Amino acid sequence: MANMKFLCDSKRCIECNGCVTACKNENEVEWGVNRRRVVTVNDGLPDETSISVACMHCSDAPCMAVCPTDCFYKTDDGIVLHNKDACIGCGYCLFACPFGAPQFPSKSSFGERGKMDKCTFCAGGPEEDHSPEEKAKYGANRIAEGKLPMCAEMCSTKALLAGDADKVSDIFRERVIYRGHADGAWASNGSAEELAYDAAQPKA
Amino acid sequence: MRLTKKSDQPAAATAGLGLSRRRFLKNSGIATGGVAAASMMAPGMMQQAQAKTVAHNVPTEVKRTICSHCSVGCGVYAEVQNGVWTGQEPAFDHPFNAGGHCAKGAALREHGHGDRRLKYPMKLENGKWQKVSWDQAISDIGDKMLQIRQESGPDSIYLLGSAKFSNEQAYLFRKFAALWGTNNVDHQARICHSTTVAGVANTWGYGAMTNSFNDIHFCKSILLIGSNPAEAHPVAMQHILRAKERNKAHMICVDPRFTRTAAKCNDYVRIRPGSDVAFIWGLLWHIFENGWEDKQFIRQRVYGMDEVRAEVANWTPEKVEDVTGASEQEIKHAARMLAENRPGTVIWCMGGTQHTTGNNNTRAYCILMLALGNMGISGGGTNIFRGHDNVQGATDLGVLSHTLPGYYGLSDGAWKHWAKVWNLDVDWIKGRFDPQVYQKLKPINNKGIPVSRWVDGVLEEKTRMDQKDNIRAMFYWGHAVNSQTRGVEMKKAMEKLDLMVIVDPYPTHAAVMHDRKDGVYLLPATTQFESYGSVTASNRSLQWRDQVIEPLFESKPDHEIMYLFSHKLGFGEQLFKNIKVNGSQPLIEDITREFNAGMWTIGYTGQSPERLKAHQQNWHTFNFDTLKGEGGPLDGEYYGMPWPCWGGAEMGHPGTPILYDTSKPVAEGGLPFRARFGVERDGISLLAEGSYTRGSEINDGYPEFNDKLLKQLGWWNDLSAEEKQAAEGKNWKTDLSGGIQRVAIKHGCAPFGNAKARAVVWTFPDKVPLHREPLYTPRRDLVAKYPTWDDSESMYRLPTLYKSIQDKDVSGEYPIILTSGRLVEYEGGGEESRSNPWLAELQQEMFVEVNPADANTLGFRDGEDVWVHGPEGGSIKVKALVTPRVDRGVAFIPFHFGGRFQGKDLRDKYPQGSDPYVTGEAANTAMTYGYDPVTNMQETKVTLCRIEKASA
Repeated sequence: MANMKFLCDSKRCIECNGCVTACKNENEVEWGVNRRRVVTVNDGLPDETSISVACMHCSDAPCMAVCPTDCFYKTDDGIVLHNKDACIGCGYCLFACPFGAPQFPSKSSFGERGKMDKCTFCAGGPEEDHSPEEKAKYGANRIAEGKLPMCAEMCSTKALLAGDADKVSDIFRERVIYRGHADGAWASNGSAEELAYDAAQPKA
Repeated sequence: MRLTKKSDQPAAATAGLGLSRRRFLKNSGIATGGVAAASMMAPGMMQQAQAKTVAHNVPTEVKRTICSHCSVGCGVYAEVQNGVWTGQEPAFDHPFNAGGHCAKGAALREHGHGDRRLKYPMKLENGKWQKVSWDQAISDIGDKMLQIRQESGPDSIYLLGSAKFSNEQAYLFRKFAALWGTNNVDHQARICHSTTVAGVANTWGYGAMTNSFNDIHFCKSILLIGSNPAEAHPVAMQHILRAKERNKAHMICVDPRFTRTAAKCNDYVRIRPGSDVAFIWGLLWHIFENGWEDKQFIRQRVYGMDEVRAEVANWTPEKVEDVTGASEQEIKHAARMLAENRPGTVIWCMGGTQHTTGNNNTRAYCILMLALGNMGISGGGTNIFRGHDNVQGATDLGVLSHTLPGYYGLSDGAWKHWAKVWNLDVDWIKGRFDPQVYQKLKPINNKGIPVSRWVDGVLEEKTRMDQKDNIRAMFYWGHAVNSQTRGVEMKKAMEKLDLMVIVDPYPTHAAVMHDRKDGVYLLPATTQFESYGSVTASNRSLQWRDQVIEPLFESKPDHEIMYLFSHKLGFGEQLFKNIKVNGSQPLIEDITREFNAGMWTIGYTGQSPERLKAHQQNWHTFNFDTLKGEGGPLDGEYYGMPWPCWGGAEMGHPGTPILYDTSKPVAEGGLPFRARFGVERDGISLLAEGSYTRGSEINDGYPEFNDKLLKQLGWWNDLSAEEKQAAEGKNWKTDLSGGIQRVAIKHGCAPFGNAKARAVVWTFPDKVPLHREPLYTPRRDLVAKYPTWDDSESMYRLPTLYKSIQDKDVSGEYPIILTSGRLVEYEGGGEESRSNPWLAELQQEMFVEVNPADANTLGFRDGEDVWVHGPEGGSIKVKALVTPRVDRGVAFIPFHFGGRFQGKDLRDKYPQGSDPYVTGEAANTAMTYGYDPVTNMQETKVTLCRIEKASA
């Protein structure tokens, strides 16, 4: 069995938002819900860095730990999914999540939040694979077709990687061999004193 | 201890989501201006819902198509079930994108929904949009055109075409204009890379990207100037970053803004907008000073470098710093990096081209690469990224006011050539034009009004124009008017016209920005996914698109609309003489074959529909670095047969992956520089010295081939009897048999000769590229030293101003430099992409980037509404985005917005249900006058403005 993971290589991510619209396209996610988003830090500064973020499908997922209705479950491939029929929209998972992944379709402060929605690693939900119900509630089920999540598959610069953790590591390791390694996938163009530096390039 | 608790409780079953899209949107604070959100409820959304009900197990057809946004040419697998576009899969085996897409490409399938599309032909009557039938629309518009032709001549109809056409549609459109009898035909290339095409072609022969996106893998250094691929060509960054990681390519970004691309570069050099020539001369100053130039390359393959050297000597580091703002240290370091890391490439885009001095900029970039010896080699070259998906093809096929297809020009010889290809009497064609002479030229031989100037073509005093009358009717056939400057005058021009016809999948900004009550027609055209044909990517590769879906609603493909008009206007027989027509559908393949028969100049002759389809079906067999076919049916050919693909299809030329690469035989894609500018000048030879392509039987420079040269060389008898007959009195461009090309290549020679590139262009206003201050500049102290040109009485049929504009000092009232550019989510004028909810959600506000220091001085904060006032009376109300991305004294605005005008929302003026999700002020409403003297490129990268906080 695979152990599915995402990795975003920030040295490749150019904030083109291809992953975001690929997700919208494949899962028909409604306006206002962002299962995936690109976060840019130090925007417009020399160490500007972008990274694409969604549910990271944690091995020991805090959302699963805190959910009062226990709507989360984990597939044999290590993908964290949830049952919208059980979800009460309390938002506790959002408190627990280190990545801000859970999305709630209603945005009003004191109104109902609606059923939580999040990245499914393009693996659908508890309903029968490819059933209209699964499609309507969770979007695509590419995993059942032997395919990987659309966001990573369509990444313009191959920054966003998805798949079995071993395979992802292999791909990333190959890059590291070419360009050197300092702080893993998180690196900018600044000097060593800053957050990270590029070991492959001469220091400023 | 694990956080996760285990539970054996069954999940509670509840019914459905219990949530409607409508209710969410009502509550959502996300869509700015609730209208955008409300309009998501267009009836079209129902169709989308139906589309999704196609069951999973319905058989799937997979179509191969190409993204229709930018010119990278990304491959797409479109999955179709029951005629509905239900899936989009990444084409991992495509040699350009390897499955990757930016936001636009990854959202392509929305074209199958088309919720905000124009659904049927409409006309404006008493200020209201009325639905009309196609027959009625063609008949009404045709009658009006014929009436205007009668009264004012054929030049009073302006045919504004599109870079969104397929090659076949582009070619047909240019032929359509020719048979109507006007050169008033043009498209976006004019305001995109026209200064590149002119500057580059006049340097070494062809005005196109010399290498390819894939070839960037071999670069050791990459200079990006006026180019931001992270937003404008994101998939190009896949190749660029590959070079950086695997080849240790040193990346230098030169730009007034610290762009997303700059964030990925090794070095960033900020320059003042409009100081490109000074910057390049600054680099060359260090290169010459240190002897870093490639002396052998210059001696063998470059003419006129000494004259450049003399000009460069003036550009000492202090002067360069004064003009550009870049320090000696920064520039010297950049020069050293380029010198030490060869081969290297220069990449430029609109930041370099869209200037009054655009042709000087593009030539300066070329000269830099010539000096470094970076031309004609893998990993080198001028990698000029074109804009729209088929702007290269539409340029090549002559949707331009100054030439027929294939850059043949407008001379009598050019008309004779094409009349022969069209199998028409050239005198009949001449009879279609206005026979009067204006400024020594007849309109048939005189460059038409370019798209950048149609507004002046409408408003100018007619006695001052080189044609009979003003433009009275405009066709906007796949064009976003908000991509053009001088919005306020444009509105006036629109209101003066007799007739406006907008042919487009969307209504566009042109449908709403004026206050007309009638005389406007909207004709729904299809997108490229509802048709098929070829498209030329930036690297000159031609790709074949399958048709994905049937035309949506009542829309028709462009070539069918041309067919309908040509018959109404009385030249349908002639237009389709060589082209089979089924019903009202011209056969695409026949159009390809017709341009194959005439496009000898740039080698669009070898790419037959059959070969193109074979390349499409076998795109997985091409090498990702070299684009060369490895085994399989296309072994040794280059993907898409990048032009020139010499001779006819039967000759099997593989295409030319890298221009001017002498390391290969011409028959295998090699080339020298083109002999385009004569053989000598002032007694000095212009031909190459001891440099030639591998396997050439002439081991030196030689002129272009014609019948006489073949006879002189004793190669005439290599022609067959029929070829001899066709080649007599002809040259490599006009011999329709292709014999001259075939024989030249057989002997290892390039049909177009073997010459030096020229660093000086004696036919241009500035022989050596000079720095000239922008028309609107805050540096008044530099105007006297680096003034612009004098006003011109006639340029492209119109008076054109330079000095009289620059002489007016408005820098006191308008102190901030205003420049413009792109966002990744939108394309061009943005009507299509702002109508795609997946994209529109990501960029909902038109904004202006302002440096924090300026914002503090001017008294506004991030997120507040501000007015940006231009010095010619255009003002836009936008959100302030306060960021150090721009320098003090510089502001930046993206140009994709439309549907608002000078603070007024125009949403209610769109036909119901076809307003885009996101509207915003068009940047160009505030942009100002300024045109390149060679091509009439518009200035969109430097003007001045005043920014002030908008009162609530």
